[in-house]
Amino acid sequence: MYGWIFRHLPGPLWFRIITAVLFVVAAVFLLMQYAFPWLSQFNPLTDSTIGSGP
Amino acid sequence: MVRSPGHVDSAVGVDELISDNENVRHQRRRAARRQRAQRPKQGFFRTLVQIIGELLITCGIILLLFVVWELWWTNIEANTAQQAAVSQFAQEFQGPVTPPAPAAPTDFGPPKVMDAPELPSTVFGIAYVPRFGENYSRPLVEGVGQAQLDTLGLGRYDSSTMPGGVGNFAVAGHRQTHGAVLDAIHTLVPGDKIYIQTKDGYYTYVFRNNQIVMPSRGDVLLPVPTQPDAKATERFLTMTSCNPRFGAEERIIAYSILESWQPASVGPPAAIAAQVAANQKGQ
Repeated sequence: MYGWIFRHLPGPLWFRIITAVLFVVAAVFLLMQYAFPWLSQFNPLTDSTIGSGP
Repeated sequence: MVRSPGHVDSAVGVDELISDNENVRHQRRRAARRQRAQRPKQGFFRTLVQIIGELLITCGIILLLFVVWELWWTNIEANTAQQAAVSQFAQEFQGPVTPPAPAAPTDFGPPKVMDAPELPSTVFGIAYVPRFGENYSRPLVEGVGQAQLDTLGLGRYDSSTMPGGVGNFAVAGHRQTHGAVLDAIHTLVPGDKIYIQTKDGYYTYVFRNNQIVMPSRGDVLLPVPTQPDAKATERFLTMTSCNPRFGAEERIIAYSILESWQPASVGPPAAIAAQVAANQKGQ
């Protein structure tokens, strides 16, 4: 899958490497900024309030 | 000068070698391309397994990244936000930052209790706990929702009183992640001071004991903790956090009791004066 994507990126090899790195950085940024904070509300291990438990 | 035949030969030879090299390289590249094109097409099943495998590896990496985010990055984010909140509160604070002279009177009557902030996430004070570190100063905010605790530090249960009030002033904070404001809550020993600064003054609480309870024990927030029928006469500070560290099966509760208070116009208690001044300077 990733090999297929990499082969279909445009440009010479060095340009494709840069594009691929940019894609990875963008994915990590989106995860850290939006996905993880949202996911965090389902994490019961960080609940420090009382009276909210079952 | 007569060149030796050998010399001439070798010079020609190098040129030829270089061009040969280039030719060979071109030929090889062409051959490789041909080979790639001729490679038998991968079977459907093999492609499917490969895609599933790559997706599973991706999921694993994302989960690891989530752990890194939760255990490391949230602390950096929350510490930055809390430092900014402390600085802002300290800069808006009216009053001297030098402690009163030791001989000055220390009885200022019953503590002044500020009104509860109307909006959640309002920063209404700073907590200083020397046992947690010399520079420990964390914002006190209204509310115990995720929005407050995850970024802003110690959240006040809005069912409890404000600092200095008769009854129970109760706050929650993270034990781990998101700034780990109460990470060292188990290191408090009886007699440790917890200083609360609001716009009205400084409230000095003394730590008495801690208790480990199940998460459902809402009665620790009562005006007299865990005693629903008692009439409140004392001024408690109750801090709640997760227990054990890195887990949340239980809650650790730290009870303190008000020892003294002094108005903002008098200056901070000597023990935290340096930190109060540093916060005001924005450090």
